[in-house]
Amino acid sequence: MEIVIDAHNVSKVYNPETIPVHAVNNVHLHVERGEFTALVGPSGSGKTTLLNLLGGLDRPNEGKIVINGTDITDMKENQLIDFRLNNIGFVFQSFNLIPVLTAKENIEFIMLLQGASKKQRDERVQTLLKEIGLSDKTNTMPSQLSGGQQQRVAVARALASKPQFILADEPTANLDSKSASDLLDIMAKLNKEENMTFIFSTHDSRVIERARRVVTLVDGRITSDTATFQISH
Amino acid sequence: MLLLLAWRNLWRNKSRSLITMASVFCAVVLAVLTAALQQGVWDNLIKNVVGYYTGYLQIHHEGYWDDQTLENAFEPTDSLQTLLQTTPGINTSAARLESFVLASSGEKTRGCIVVGVEPAREEGIIHLREKLAKGTYLTQTDDGAMVGEELAKRLSIGVGDTIVLLGQGMYGSMAAGKFAIRGLLHFGSPELNENMLFLSLPNAQTLFDAAGLVTSIVISPTDTRALDQLAGTLNNRAGPTHEVMTWKEMMPEMVQSIAADSAGMYIILGVLYLVISFGIFSTLLMMVAERQREFGMLVAVGLKKRKLAWMLTIESLLVTLTGSVIGILVSIPIAHYLAKNPIRFSGQTAEVYERFGFEAIFPASTETSIFLTQGLIVLVIGLVLSAYPIFSAFKLEAVKAMRK
Ligand SMILES: Nc1ncnc2c1ncn2[C@@H]1O[C@H](COP(=O)(O)OP(=O)(O)OP(=O)(O)O)[C@@H](O)[C@H]1O
Ligand SMILES: [Mg+2]
Repeated sequence: MEIVIDAHNVSKVYNPETIPVHAVNNVHLHVERGEFTALVGPSGSGKTTLLNLLGGLDRPNEGKIVINGTDITDMKENQLIDFRLNNIGFVFQSFNLIPVLTAKENIEFIMLLQGASKKQRDERVQTLLKEIGLSDKTNTMPSQLSGGQQQRVAVARALASKPQFILADEPTANLDSKSASDLLDIMAKLNKEENMTFIFSTHDSRVIERARRVVTLVDGRITSDTATFQISH
Repeated sequence: MLLLLAWRNLWRNKSRSLITMASVFCAVVLAVLTAALQQGVWDNLIKNVVGYYTGYLQIHHEGYWDDQTLENAFEPTDSLQTLLQTTPGINTSAARLESFVLASSGEKTRGCIVVGVEPAREEGIIHLREKLAKGTYLTQTDDGAMVGEELAKRLSIGVGDTIVLLGQGMYGSMAAGKFAIRGLLHFGSPELNENMLFLSLPNAQTLFDAAGLVTSIVISPTDTRALDQLAGTLNNRAGPTHEVMTWKEMMPEMVQSIAADSAGMYIILGVLYLVISFGIFSTLLMMVAERQREFGMLVAVGLKKRKLAWMLTIESLLVTLTGSVIGILVSIPIAHYLAKNPIRFSGQTAEVYERFGFEAIFPASTETSIFLTQGLIVLVIGLVLSAYPIFSAFKLEAVKAMRK
């Protein structure tokens, strides 16, 4: 099996000088290609912090993070931005889209940054819009899309750059259960059909049910790491 | 793409962008018009001063300006004539012989200044023919006189009447003569209207017993902006026996009032620019604060900070540029209109101006450099202020920005 994420002994401490908060504490985590993994835990347990570390958005105080064989721990900032652009897809809880660009342009944007040709972009955007079921919203502005539709566009945007994996921090937190389930359907389909690796944090038990691996964080430590067929009902 | 993004962002908060543009626009229009009026007024004053009588440049016998008597007259020698012909930058020149006499007609007598002129040449210097209000213009051989309108009125004379002049000629000789009035002259300056009387140069030389002598040679330069340079050249070439003076030396009070005026203008412009600077800055401040999450997201998904900064610069420049370009476009016709239809003013200011011998009008200058300078200043302000979004783009931390 191919390992896409290798987090080794990773810790993140906020305010080390004043009142230290050990948001992520000595975490070891391996993620293999094709996983569909949920990161769960109570509020403040360090889910966002861990995802940020894995995504190269934040730097650990200790430990080492290797993405697809590349150690990103000590990368220079500009290098890291480029690395994120080409290797990691992001879906955030909200504010994913550029409000002044259409759905199509939002997806295209990331490919433009990668320097893709017009033809490549057009083709891929069409395919992605179809996959998320929003072909009819090509030229719609984000403000005209429902929250669920916006998150689907965000998934397409994350996918557009052909990343190694997609990190999604509470992607369904602002969605009603129908939209949340639709989004999960799309993510699961992409996972199955394109073998895209997803790691998403969530509070929602219905979302957790869909995961094939559940990693639980408590106070910044991994307390359990289970394949769901073992706990499935 | 970044350009498109910047453009769309501009219209995202339409009213804010429009208000900022409008304030830039107003400031540019105000600044351009202030500067154009000011420059126009100066140009007008200078043109008036030199055009009424003095000319841009004069050559005298050394010491004449401080002691304006016939004893300080000089002979325009061949070498001096050659010098005038060979010095580059001279458009035309004209010789004058000037002195003071008493003029009388019937019962009435008044002091006046008699100037012997080369009538044809004066047309190229002070456009003397254009000042002719009545009668005919003098010729070089004419034995008649032209007088200022007001002087004629006070002496109760008109075209065709005769006037008697009485004064002192060279070396204490008696100067007396009778001259027919050929024409009446209208000057913009009341002072000149009241005091001037023109004869042809040979005629005046005979009157004052000063054959072949002149008191000044008035020079009109081809380029008024190169005046000081021309004066320097002439001064070197003419040697110590002659003094070369520009209008600035002959009318030092003019230079002072222009300097005082310009200080006032710079203060006004300074305040104006300060006001729009604050306007633009507060817009940028709000814009940057409001969009932290968006910026954070953009950097998170892979937008280099350099590009983000570039996008924000384009945004702020678009606002200032649009505002100032429209401002300049609008102020050009206004300035042209004000140049053609100058504002007239009255009251105390007008009196002061008239005492100095200027028409009491506010024309506007339409010099291109004014529009360019003011537009450029606003652009530079825009550029300098866009340092703020650039700075905030570079210090942005994606994670923190998105947490807000
Ligand atoms: N920038 C920061 N400075 C200081 N402390 C922080 C910062 N960010 C997070 N923390 C702290 O680190 C801990 C982990 O926070 P984190 O946001 O990762 O938790 P989380 O599991 O994502 O919570 P939630 O479910 O509410 O999103 C919390 O105690 C939080 O208060
Ligand atoms: Mg969180």
